[in-house]
Amino acid sequence: MKNEKGPELLDVRALTAKVAGVPILKGIDLPVRAGEIHAIMGPNGSGKSTFAKVLAGHPAYEVTGGTVRFQGHDLLTMEPEDRARAGIFLGFQYPVEIPGVSNSAFLRLAYNTVQGARGKDELDPLEFDDFIREKMKLLDIDPAFLDRSVNEGFSGGEKKRNEILQLAVLEPKLAILDETDSGLDIDALRVVAGGVNSMLKPDNAFVLVTHYQRLLNYIIPDYVHVMEGGRIIKTGGKELALELESRGYDWVVDEYRAGEQEKGYVGASAA
Amino acid sequence: MSSVLEQLVNKPYEHGFRTDIETESAPKGLSEDTIRLISSKKNEPEWLLEFRLKAYRHWLTMEEPHWPNVKYPKIDFQDIIYYSAPKPKKKKSMDEVDPELLRTFEKLGVPMNERAALAGVAVDVIFDSVSVATTYKEKLAKVGIIFCSISEAVRDHPDLVRKYLGSVVPPGDNYYAALNSAVFTDGSFVFIPKGVKCPMELSTYFRINTENSGQFERTLIVAEEDASVSYLEGCTAPKFDTNQLHAAVVELVALDRADIKYSTVQNWYAGDENGLGGIYNFVTKRGLCKGVSSKISWTQVETGSAITWKYPSCILLGDNSIGEFYSVALTNHHQQADTGTKMVHLGKNTRSTIISKGISAGQSNNSYRGLVKIGAKAAGARNYSQCDSMLIGSKSGANTFPYIQVNNPTATVEHEATTSKIGEDQLFYFRQRGIGTEEAVSMIINGFCKEVFQQLPMEFAVEATKLLGLKLEGSVG
Repeated sequence: MKNEKGPELLDVRALTAKVAGVPILKGIDLPVRAGEIHAIMGPNGSGKSTFAKVLAGHPAYEVTGGTVRFQGHDLLTMEPEDRARAGIFLGFQYPVEIPGVSNSAFLRLAYNTVQGARGKDELDPLEFDDFIREKMKLLDIDPAFLDRSVNEGFSGGEKKRNEILQLAVLEPKLAILDETDSGLDIDALRVVAGGVNSMLKPDNAFVLVTHYQRLLNYIIPDYVHVMEGGRIIKTGGKELALELESRGYDWVVDEYRAGEQEKGYVGASAA
Repeated sequence: MSSVLEQLVNKPYEHGFRTDIETESAPKGLSEDTIRLISSKKNEPEWLLEFRLKAYRHWLTMEEPHWPNVKYPKIDFQDIIYYSAPKPKKKKSMDEVDPELLRTFEKLGVPMNERAALAGVAVDVIFDSVSVATTYKEKLAKVGIIFCSISEAVRDHPDLVRKYLGSVVPPGDNYYAALNSAVFTDGSFVFIPKGVKCPMELSTYFRINTENSGQFERTLIVAEEDASVSYLEGCTAPKFDTNQLHAAVVELVALDRADIKYSTVQNWYAGDENGLGGIYNFVTKRGLCKGVSSKISWTQVETGSAITWKYPSCILLGDNSIGEFYSVALTNHHQQADTGTKMVHLGKNTRSTIISKGISAGQSNNSYRGLVKIGAKAAGARNYSQCDSMLIGSKSGANTFPYIQVNNPTATVEHEATTSKIGEDQLFYFRQRGIGTEEAVSMIINGFCKEVFQQLPMEFAVEATKLLGLKLEGSVG
């Protein structure tokens, strides 16, 4: 963990949410400061992806309680596009295909919209072409990407690289990457990790949602959180990820339950 | 689907206004007397009156077609005004055109004098059935091209009109074509002589204005050997509560190696959110590739009308001739569209391509109906058809009715069809990248329609893109 602390970017408190009437998030607290990398790990169905989507404002998820402040603003009242313009980026676990819309047109519109909202200059198609080709070179992405339809016919690895390219183009303050590592071969994993490492700056932060420790061999997190049953049940440093890799999740869950029982016992006796 | 989608689809019609210009109308109703009145008002020759009367008598024996996948109340053909024309003042230059009429075009965003000059487009303005202004005619005349209203053509080039009128769509072809042949009041005539490439896009803006006046346009385009022309037709109409029947006939004739490209952007009043009012658009459009290696290409962007019933077709008679059909049909609210094409292969090695994109939003119903027919003598004929449907919301419908008849074993016919839906996840993806819903929908739709828009002339493609955006504004979310 780092000693000098950046300004607070995100402050999640007691966040609860449901989808299709089913409660998924049951009280999440998470502070994220600039310059930090957080990893959220946990078994399938623990609510990791839901948490990522709720932060980005997916309309299918209903927030039922708690607060989320982003750079001091109430994030939960903002539309998804306004969150994006303010600097929230979600790297999708399953990026959708958009037939007929070229990657370059999509990227340019997204870039210019976000730049405009941030009071910066928009780029015309030629300027943007220079800009994007530079980014692609850095990320070792084939320029042929630009002429293809967004994600259409892309392999799993290509889709994830495309997410990282969008991340590089939009330069968000807070990037949430939802299982960006899943389904990647080792080369693609290196590209993704290299992208994240090169983009981390003192004024931005990353939240990596991941099921496996593998990604964390390439990206060293400041914090590792374990999620289970819609709550963060344990927070530690990077060594926690290694421990999870060797011991699995069960012991954390057991430890948490024992702790809760104890609290319940203490609470009962105090009353 | 959520509310933004609905809002986008539910945008009111912007061109809902009407122009007060004195019109001269025939009384309501249809009879031989009405037809004689129209013919005499237009000082027509005897043969044309006979053409009309023959068509009318045939029409009386016919029945309204019921096979299209559309529903509407029975039309009372006696409750329609068959002739209405702005009071005939001599119109010589654009300056003399009724300023009120020009203002109407301003409202529609068609500043025609400037636009015509700037864009190099000759606009033959049709205002309630009678052409009131034609530009660039002289320039075209220099290369021997005739571009005028069909009434003028009847007067000035009777032999040409007589030779080709009804040669592609015979008066008794179908119910509405017969009706049109009996009562058509005006339309455009284009003649491109041998070897001439038309130096500019020819364009007509249609507008239905008088309440209860059915419009029966008649368009005839002839391209002689080695000639070529690109013709644009665009329409908007003011808002009325009673349904308006529109039964146009368009005939194209391409001789040896001639090339005709016919593009339409149609945005007639589609009725309100409850489906009230709106235009009934029952159109017969057909092209005849009469000569060898001739080519006819239809491109249409259909966004308006309460009911659309329209199948721009190609008869591929000449050996090696080519027929193309590129279509975007967008329906919203309670709009109904049954549209498609017919490709009839008669000559050897004839080729046809069909690209159809249907977009249905609201409670609308959008059907593609297409016929690909390969005649016994059409050795080596080839067809490729692609019909894609996109649904917006959960109450809209899309159907595909492809009919394929192959009578020659050497022919190749391919048909592909897909149906997709603008989903919440697709929209969320855009929004997460900072792109608002409306822009996202417009981008998705334009992507969906790209193959068709690419066929449109440049200015038209821009207009079409804008139009689809407008029509879907507030419908997605």
